[in-house]
Amino acid sequence: MLTSGRFHALLGPNGAGKSTLFGLLTRLLALQQGELLLAGQSLKKQPSEAMRQIGVVFQQNALDLDLTVRQNLLYHAALHGLSRKEARTRGDRELARFELLERANEPVRKLNGGHRRRVEIARALLHEPSLLLLDEPTVGLDVASRRALNDHVRTLCDEAGLTVLWATHLIEEVRQEDRVLILHQGQLLADGSGQAICEAEGTRDLAETFHTLTGAG
Amino acid sequence: MKAAHYWHCFVGIQTREWLRFWQQRTRFASALVRPLLWLVVFAAGFRAVLGISIIPPYQTYITYETYIAPGLCGMIILFNSMQGALSMVYDRELGSMRVLLMSPLPRPFLLVTKLLAMGVVSVGQVYVFLLLALLVDVEPPLWGYLAVLPALVLTSLMLGALGLLIATWIKQLENFAGVMNFVIFPMFFMSSALYPLWRMNEASPWLYWICQFNPFTHAVEAIRFSLYLEWNPMAFGITAGVTIVFALLATAGFRPQRTKILGTKPA
Repeated sequence: MLTSGRFHALLGPNGAGKSTLFGLLTRLLALQQGELLLAGQSLKKQPSEAMRQIGVVFQQNALDLDLTVRQNLLYHAALHGLSRKEARTRGDRELARFELLERANEPVRKLNGGHRRRVEIARALLHEPSLLLLDEPTVGLDVASRRALNDHVRTLCDEAGLTVLWATHLIEEVRQEDRVLILHQGQLLADGSGQAICEAEGTRDLAETFHTLTGAG
Repeated sequence: MKAAHYWHCFVGIQTREWLRFWQQRTRFASALVRPLLWLVVFAAGFRAVLGISIIPPYQTYITYETYIAPGLCGMIILFNSMQGALSMVYDRELGSMRVLLMSPLPRPFLLVTKLLAMGVVSVGQVYVFLLLALLVDVEPPLWGYLAVLPALVLTSLMLGALGLLIATWIKQLENFAGVMNFVIFPMFFMSSALYPLWRMNEASPWLYWICQFNPFTHAVEAIRFSLYLEWNPMAFGITAGVTIVFALLATAGFRPQRTKILGTKPA
């Protein structure tokens, strides 16, 4: 269960099952057993309603590099059934929020890694989902861009009441007040606020908790 | 989901395909070199060897170039569809399939729309080819250019669905070379694209029957007849029927996890 309007950090070493979970959440993998509910909608029984609730940023770049920023956004909006006019309004609004409006007509190829990521987040928010999933979104970014992106998503969470699930293996992207889910070899080892987890494990900070639980650093 | 949603989605997918086409237009132009070589070089060499008698839909003696032009139209679509369908499934780099599949609209609709969008781009190439073919005196009637459109679209859907089916079910054919050797060449050579089937029957009756069972033969005949303003219900019927079967099988069998859409990272 995720708490709506909150930042959730899904923490796990490489191979923990984070990407598999994302595959299941986005219907790229089929559930073998159990059920996933998104805003009360079953992903299996009402995939269409459930999919409308999710925005996803994949680990690997999923933008068309040769198309412009705006063309990428319009395409995504069309896939969600938005009219061109509506798509343009919303696209420009999101781009403005991400301070990328003046670059809307440039091909994505010209943007740096951090900006591409921002475009992907803007795209994921076009259809106004209630849940934003990010699968290791900071891979390949430098420290400053990483921090900026992380701060940005937190702002969205606070201001727009968006529920965020941020998967990472980088402990510095997680804060004590976040809801933290620690995943290791497909098992959920801990679930609670960063503070509570540390207290329960008797550790000083999250890094130590993570190390104790997963044997990774 | 309302009809308008489907419509916006349909237009969006088509638009994206055209934008990509425009970005890669030099690649598409070079793809025309292959059929043009067949038309100009191969046909010139074979004209002397292979006399063509009067067979429907032609009403007079025709040059070999005229005979193979419809087959080469089919060939353009065949190559494009296979390449397109493979890139749909094995497109790990851009993740564009992931983006497509995040749409809340039904997956069969998304896949068929995508195939159609790719098909429309190949049809555009066929028209460029037909214009260039005028230079070697392949001159179908003017209305033939319009009449051939449904046959071209149908052929591209059929071959796109076949490509998707192959890519989904046969993992070993991951690279394009495998598909060339085991799908494209057999389909092309065992069809009426390069020689009328009665000639094949004289040479080898069992090969003749293989050609008859090859859906590409009927697609080529549908193109040939409509280009010369003749109606060939059998060719159309078979092509349409096979298209429906392929499309049903391909969309039903489409499971992204089988085809490694999740990428190379161990999950």
